[in-house]
Amino acid sequence: MKILVAIKRVVDYNVRVQINRDGSGVATEGVKMGINPFDEIALEEALRIRESGTDTEIVAVTIGPDAAQQQLRTALAMGADRALLLTTDSAVQPLQAARALLKIVEEEKPDLVLMGKQAIDDDANQTGQMLSALWQRPQATFASKLELADGKATVTREVDEGLETIRVELPAVVTTDLRLNTPRFVKMPDIMKAKKKPLDTRALDELGLEETPALELTKYESPPQRQGGHKVESAAELVAELKNKGVLR
Amino acid sequence: MSRILVIAQHDGTQLSPATARAVACAQAIGGEITVAVFAGAAGEPDKQAAALDGVKQVLTIERSENAAPLAAVLAPQIAELGKDFSHVLMASTTFGKDVLPRAAALAGAPMVTDVMDVLGEREFKRPIYAGNVIVTVSVPDEGTVYASARAASWKPVGTGGEAGIESRELSADLPGHTEFVKLDAEESERPDLQSAPRVVSGGRGVGSKENFDIIYKFADKLGAAVGASRAAVDAGFVPNDFQVGQTGKIIAPELYVAIGISGAIQHLTGIKDAGTIVAINKDPEAPIFEVADLGLVGDLFEILPELEAELDK
Repeated sequence: MKILVAIKRVVDYNVRVQINRDGSGVATEGVKMGINPFDEIALEEALRIRESGTDTEIVAVTIGPDAAQQQLRTALAMGADRALLLTTDSAVQPLQAARALLKIVEEEKPDLVLMGKQAIDDDANQTGQMLSALWQRPQATFASKLELADGKATVTREVDEGLETIRVELPAVVTTDLRLNTPRFVKMPDIMKAKKKPLDTRALDELGLEETPALELTKYESPPQRQGGHKVESAAELVAELKNKGVLR
Repeated sequence: MSRILVIAQHDGTQLSPATARAVACAQAIGGEITVAVFAGAAGEPDKQAAALDGVKQVLTIERSENAAPLAAVLAPQIAELGKDFSHVLMASTTFGKDVLPRAAALAGAPMVTDVMDVLGEREFKRPIYAGNVIVTVSVPDEGTVYASARAASWKPVGTGGEAGIESRELSADLPGHTEFVKLDAEESERPDLQSAPRVVSGGRGVGSKENFDIIYKFADKLGAAVGASRAAVDAGFVPNDFQVGQTGKIIAPELYVAIGISGAIQHLTGIKDAGTIVAINKDPEAPIFEVADLGLVGDLFEILPELEAELDK
């Protein structure tokens, strides 16, 4: 089978992001970047499907600046067979990303598309759902368990109410949640090997996408900070203060 | 004037409080508010939606396919119905997050996730970077606005309204490629974590699954829901759906008690909008104390029985 894994280059999750002084955006110059952690989980799941014995080709795709080749090289080092970068210097919003990925899906005809449930920069949680809508194929979002059999995927989903299970016909889009797996670390020899794997680059502009309406992002600011209170010395004092505040009666 | 369509969330018998939060967001936008209830059959959620303050009309779309909450089935119907409205809103629950982007894509519309503030009919604030940055977004003038309301930012509207209920038939073709198998809900006598006015959470400091009994006992004393930090979930003390934080549930109870939780940023993101935060931790330097309104340093296994005794007084 063929699995397409969509990844996004984002500010590393350990970095404390800074807003530009004029509020025009988030500073990314010289900031450590990485693969969106949820997308790493998606790639890991693809690798595990292959390792479980299914003959599988894994294609990693991303949309971003030239520098996103780094993240694709990491994906290749983790075990993807080949990679594709759709280059653009503009920020890409979910609907546009979904339309671009649809073009690639139509060319590659994967049996399964995997990606993270959301990117940790814009936290939109939309691209997988939008791609499956445009592709007119099933979606299974927030996956914490994925089983493939007889041309179908049985997916356990993390929902507010507990764990939901749905069964979808392939091809389908599955978006991954935190507890699906723990991604492997990349080993040095694999990094060397990854340099020889194919990585294609195409300009996003040349896909011939229709004009996509986009949100205008006008101002970035810090959230209001919560002021800490004070410490109390005993359980009795704590209950008394809570009663004082009217929180307890 | 805006005509706002709010998509109801329910389990077939009970309307979720998340719907009342989405209606509150709709009220902030201003205009005529319609609630659509997609269901397998007519039922209580229709009436409960009609009773929400500020709702002008309830549309019920009853089809057997709508009995299970499947995005692939609901989205084409929402996109069809949405054409008659200036806005389509859902609460930003896992249900809303699953369904609404699919509907927006079918409508060819960009979507605004997690609206936390309304600046204008098409201008909103939303959190990005795990809530560490707030961005102002404007939706283009053409087309219906698709947006989800961040639950913790909106207080549910009250009840007492008497909106009319009308049945509506839609012509959208529904796919058969997606099958609902089951929902394993955590059976609990306790209040729902997402909507409870009081929440007691335990962290790694609780130590084990067995030790978590002390958290349940204290929560029951307060009539509170039980939550947990990611560390406690990862350690297997409690199930996944207990997790409070950026990658779990984002909640806004009136009282939040964090017990044995150090206060990693991703956890704090989930409780920023709580009314009063109480922290109990043996480490006086734990970051949780920087945001807690009231902190108590000490051994939770000694403090909790003392607190229970105080509450009994």
